[in-house]
Amino acid sequence: MSKRIDVKDLNVYYGDFLAVEDVTINIEAKSVTAFIGPSGCGKSTFLRTLNRMHEVLPGARVEGEVLLDGDNLYGPGVDPVTVRSQIGMVFQRPNPFPTMSIRDNVLAGVKLNNKKISKGEADVLVERSLKGANLWNEVKDRLEKPGSGLSGGQQQRLCIARAIAVEPQVILMDEPCSALDPISTLAIEDLINELKDQYTVVIVTHNMQQAARVSDRTAFFNIAGTGKPGKLIEVGDTQTIFSNPVQKATEDYVSGRFG
Amino acid sequence: MTATPVTSTGAGRAGDKIFSGAALAAGCLILAVLFGVALFLVVQAIPALTAPAAEIQGGEGFFAYIWPIVIGTLIAAVIALVIATPIAIGVALFISHFAPRGLAAGLGYMVDLLAAIPSVVYGAWGAAFLAKEISPAYNWLAANMGWLPIFQGPASATGKTILTAGIVLSVMVLPIITSLSREIFLQTPKLHEEAALALGATRWEMIKMSVLPFARPGIISAVMLGLGRALGETMAVALVLSSGALTASLIQSGNQTIAAEIALNFPEASGLKVSTLIAAGLVLFVITLAVNMIARWIITRHKEFSGAN
Repeated sequence: MSKRIDVKDLNVYYGDFLAVEDVTINIEAKSVTAFIGPSGCGKSTFLRTLNRMHEVLPGARVEGEVLLDGDNLYGPGVDPVTVRSQIGMVFQRPNPFPTMSIRDNVLAGVKLNNKKISKGEADVLVERSLKGANLWNEVKDRLEKPGSGLSGGQQQRLCIARAIAVEPQVILMDEPCSALDPISTLAIEDLINELKDQYTVVIVTHNMQQAARVSDRTAFFNIAGTGKPGKLIEVGDTQTIFSNPVQKATEDYVSGRFG
Repeated sequence: MTATPVTSTGAGRAGDKIFSGAALAAGCLILAVLFGVALFLVVQAIPALTAPAAEIQGGEGFFAYIWPIVIGTLIAAVIALVIATPIAIGVALFISHFAPRGLAAGLGYMVDLLAAIPSVVYGAWGAAFLAKEISPAYNWLAANMGWLPIFQGPASATGKTILTAGIVLSVMVLPIITSLSREIFLQTPKLHEEAALALGATRWEMIKMSVLPFARPGIISAVMLGLGRALGETMAVALVLSSGALTASLIQSGNQTIAAEIALNFPEASGLKVSTLIAAGLVLFVITLAVNMIARWIITRHKEFSGAN
């Protein structure tokens, strides 16, 4: 239930502006890959091209290939809707649907495209997804209450439950802990560790300790200056990136020296 | 470096005081105006409400006089909303979420222009053009759907019916509902739209999952404002409708609305008749108030799920 992603020579544009230049990277299945780098270096933009969410902004387009187990996500006739149902996403700020109950939030993705699901199946799926997101014990007595009544960390885990309920191949996380307190952050990090047994996880983070804690591989993005495109500087095993990187820029960044 | 004393001189607070005073005054003014209007209506209506039944127009008392035109008012307003609401929401969604940006701006401007047309012009259009053009359709309805009481024939030859009035009203309330809904739709948090899209929702599913639930209270408010206009609209109805006694059929002449009744009769009224018309105005005022309170109730009923918490 997880696939690898191979990106070849990817350029991302907003209109005429080249936002991310020439990224080639292989993301292994059933592993956690972290994207680190300074603000504005294009790591979030690049992440969003992996499930075609960047297309939400007008004028956004890409050149190059993103292969999900060999299938080009940008091939002719590929529907972004299908891509997104296979590659789930968790956002920077928790965004459960405020008008839906906890249960309906979990089922939101499953009920799309007019899919019908019996109540029994739904109950099983809700329990399995919430357990998968380490949230079941906290919410099992109030599944009919609104999702917006949960704490920030619980809401974020609800969003993860919602993402895994549709059984995606890959889960993208865009700074999933940046709005959370340290304890909630720890809960999410533990969860990421469990998720990689079943899913391919890609996480963007500003927190280098977090990248070091949760990821198997790390990619460092950087930007030469304002208005210049972001670039992938180096990708490798997390251990190597943090202890013995090849590029000087990577070493400066992970050791806290910018330059 | 000199430290600023914690006990400030108060000079910086003058703006605060003026502003809060002005805001308070504005709030009180609204209440005073509303109270003044209500008081005027009640005081002036009392003679009609207490007069012997035989002296009221129609000779059977105020209640017998007012209820047919209350029903007529509601029929016209309901027709207007039934037609206008789905169109308005559709147009607003098209402008906010489907149309290319250039087209959206132009279309939004056009819809706003509809609101700028004076109601007497709508009335003239309805009476001189729409009524004539639509009467074949009424004949068809009478012939084919006549078994429904609301389409019972014979259809009015002039087309000046309550249904025509309702259609004209729907065009008039359309811009109100459209522009308010469009503003609300545009305010849907990007975060919620992206949540739906990232799950693999199509554009329409995204709208159902995030835009419409978010906009629901706003849509209700917009419809209520439209209803307020439809209930109170005078000139268009007075011109379009060939009024008469209450009838169930929407395609025969007949029926009357409160606002048109007042407008048509007020200039020549005197004595108790004036009082009767003002009492009719009071009833309209109460209906509008009730409608707004029901709308508030609907909005607050789902507060827990509104996303405000």
